[in-house]
Amino acid sequence: MLEIKNLHAQLEEEDKKILKGVELTVEAGKVHAIMGPNGSGKSTLSYVLSGRDGYEVTEGSATLAGDDILEMEPEERAAAGLFLAFQYPVEIPGVGNMTFLRTAVNAQRKARGEEEMNAADFLKVIREKAKSLKIDADMLKRPVNVGFSGGEKKRNEILQMAMLEPKMCILDETDSGLDVDAMKLVAEGVNALRNEGRGFLVITHYQRLLDHIKPDVVHIMANGKIVKSGGPELALEVENNGYAGLLEEVA
Amino acid sequence: MALSQPKTDATEARLAAMQQPQGGWTAMARGQAVTRVREMGLPARRDEYWKYTRPDTLVSPEAPQAALFETQEAPVFDQVERLKIVFVDGVFDAEASDDFTLEGVTIERLADVASADIHWALDLYGVLEANGQDPVQRPLAALNTAFASDGVLIHATAVAAKPISIIYRHTDTASDVLLHHVVKVDAGAAVTVLESGPAAARFNGSIEIDIADGGAFHHVRTQGRDHECRAATHLFARLGVGSVMKSFTLTANGVMTRNETVVELTGDDAIAHVAGASLGDGDFHNDTTVLVTHDAVNCESRQVFKKVLRNGATGVFQGKILVKPDAQKTDGYQISQSLLLDGDSQFLVKPELEIYADDVACSHGSTSGAIDEEALFYLRSRGVPTGEATDLLTLAFLAEAVQEIEDEALSEEIIDRIGAWLLRRRAD
Ligand SMILES: Nc1ncnc2c1ncn2[C@@H]1O[C@H](COP(=O)(O)OP(=O)(O)OP(=O)(O)O)[C@@H](O)[C@H]1O
Ligand SMILES: [Mg+2]
Repeated sequence: MLEIKNLHAQLEEEDKKILKGVELTVEAGKVHAIMGPNGSGKSTLSYVLSGRDGYEVTEGSATLAGDDILEMEPEERAAAGLFLAFQYPVEIPGVGNMTFLRTAVNAQRKARGEEEMNAADFLKVIREKAKSLKIDADMLKRPVNVGFSGGEKKRNEILQMAMLEPKMCILDETDSGLDVDAMKLVAEGVNALRNEGRGFLVITHYQRLLDHIKPDVVHIMANGKIVKSGGPELALEVENNGYAGLLEEVA
Repeated sequence: MALSQPKTDATEARLAAMQQPQGGWTAMARGQAVTRVREMGLPARRDEYWKYTRPDTLVSPEAPQAALFETQEAPVFDQVERLKIVFVDGVFDAEASDDFTLEGVTIERLADVASADIHWALDLYGVLEANGQDPVQRPLAALNTAFASDGVLIHATAVAAKPISIIYRHTDTASDVLLHHVVKVDAGAAVTVLESGPAAARFNGSIEIDIADGGAFHHVRTQGRDHECRAATHLFARLGVGSVMKSFTLTANGVMTRNETVVELTGDDAIAHVAGASLGDGDFHNDTTVLVTHDAVNCESRQVFKKVLRNGATGVFQGKILVKPDAQKTDGYQISQSLLLDGDSQFLVKPELEIYADDVACSHGSTSGAIDEEALFYLRSRGVPTGEATDLLTLAFLAEAVQEIEDEALSEEIIDRIGAWLLRRRAD
């Protein structure tokens, strides 16, 4: 589904290399997790994949279902099926959450040459999905993420993911800031979307999320590279021993 | 203070070019207004109150030409149930207008009643304008009182059955028009007045509004459209106890527009909201000048102005909240913001608070900024193309002003207008 080869990226403004040869393939139907020390480049990888300004890819490639995504505009990547749940969801005063979501859903449909969703159908679907994430009607009406608590923002990301039904979901620390119950809700939301056509890349610092969203593969990222990959037991190892031992081992 | 010779000359040149309409009961008010114009002199470049806006083309004896603008757009407020009164280049169009009969209101034309001996509007015509000449002079308003050729006189005695919609059409590239409306809202009565369209190549419009205790006046207008049009407007309002006034203006296009609003809260517990959204692309100068005077206890005032500017457009905001010594418990709010869509445009502001009472809550703020890149990326990452995302953020920027329109159908009309304007400029 997502194939990243020897990806190098640096900041546009200054000569600072952040990604230094990332190799990673997420197959359809699989959940991959990325763990790694602060500043190792996990969020940068997610931004480079989703097309945020400010980064320059100097080497390597990234494809989604065989298509080169690095050449695409962010909105084209989204329409192609890429979704990033932000580590820090953005507040947009003045734009209602519902309007935002409907605009997004229909923009993607339009880009793919599909029929747009009418207001009534949209309302029905969003109500249902919001309910399962315990997002109340008031939060749907309010401006996007404005005045939302940390946990509400994260749940709102998952709601967007559920509405947009992407092929490839990247979750950047969606668990941070969540209480135990909210974490379960989010995990259920993610698990509900798991199917054989869809890939997941879950960035996290904690084993706890992975108790709920069982990963197929766990990667350790350090200094802009995937330095080690393994099964779910790798996450446990990090949880118990930290990164020091692991990083020494690969150094 | 004696006027400078150039100012006297310019004023006399303009007066010489004016035609005095038939006076009737307005004759005295008009005569006094001419005197006021002579005493004040027409605005000139050096005047402090015209620091950000060149008055030249608004005061010149002849109006600069303004090309007509072709548009396929359906007229604004088309979906709104309303009573239509149409002026074509300032000339009343009976054919296009509705019958003036409306429950809760009497409607007359200034030109018709000018020959009558006496009229309810006698106490208002030019009176609120004259009051509004202090502490700053507004000579173009006095000029309007003196020479307005026509206008609508609206007397609301109860809650009006539907909005009164004054429609201005521009068909003559050289039209130079002065219209003057008077609105009197009786105690407990309510009326909504809509104004729309480019009135003339050069338009001088004035509206005086007197709202008695518990009355309500709502005003929504759209202006501009034709790129080369010029307008100087004045709105004078006086509010009684517990009364409400809400005025919203959408200015889209127009090479030169100056809108002055002068509100006096004279009765306790009154509420006045003045708001506006401006859309300027290129040769666009839009000046909003507001003075809200609190002269009673526990009144609320809001000034909310948002301007979207691109390609060298200029926005101006001069807004003042004046709180008199006895106006305790005043709640005053003022915000003026611009969204600069490129580096060429400018927003010039002079926000002022002048407070003589001690128990008041007044706040004001002004900002100038570009589209929020973070928000733009967030939207794009969800699949919304840049153009559409920018429009969405622009509408969001304007939302606080548009929300000042209480009636949902009217605010929808305004949002549609703004959306269409943005769409015509969308670069995807
Ligand atoms: N726009 C930027 N400007 C300056 N430095 C940046 C920028 N983006 C990323 N960096 C730097 O690149 C490095 C990687 O940052 P990134 O956010 O990708 O780390 P991370 O692995 O997600 O960390 P965390 O676990 O703390 O979220 C850090 O040193 C960060 O400071
Ligand atoms: Mg991060």
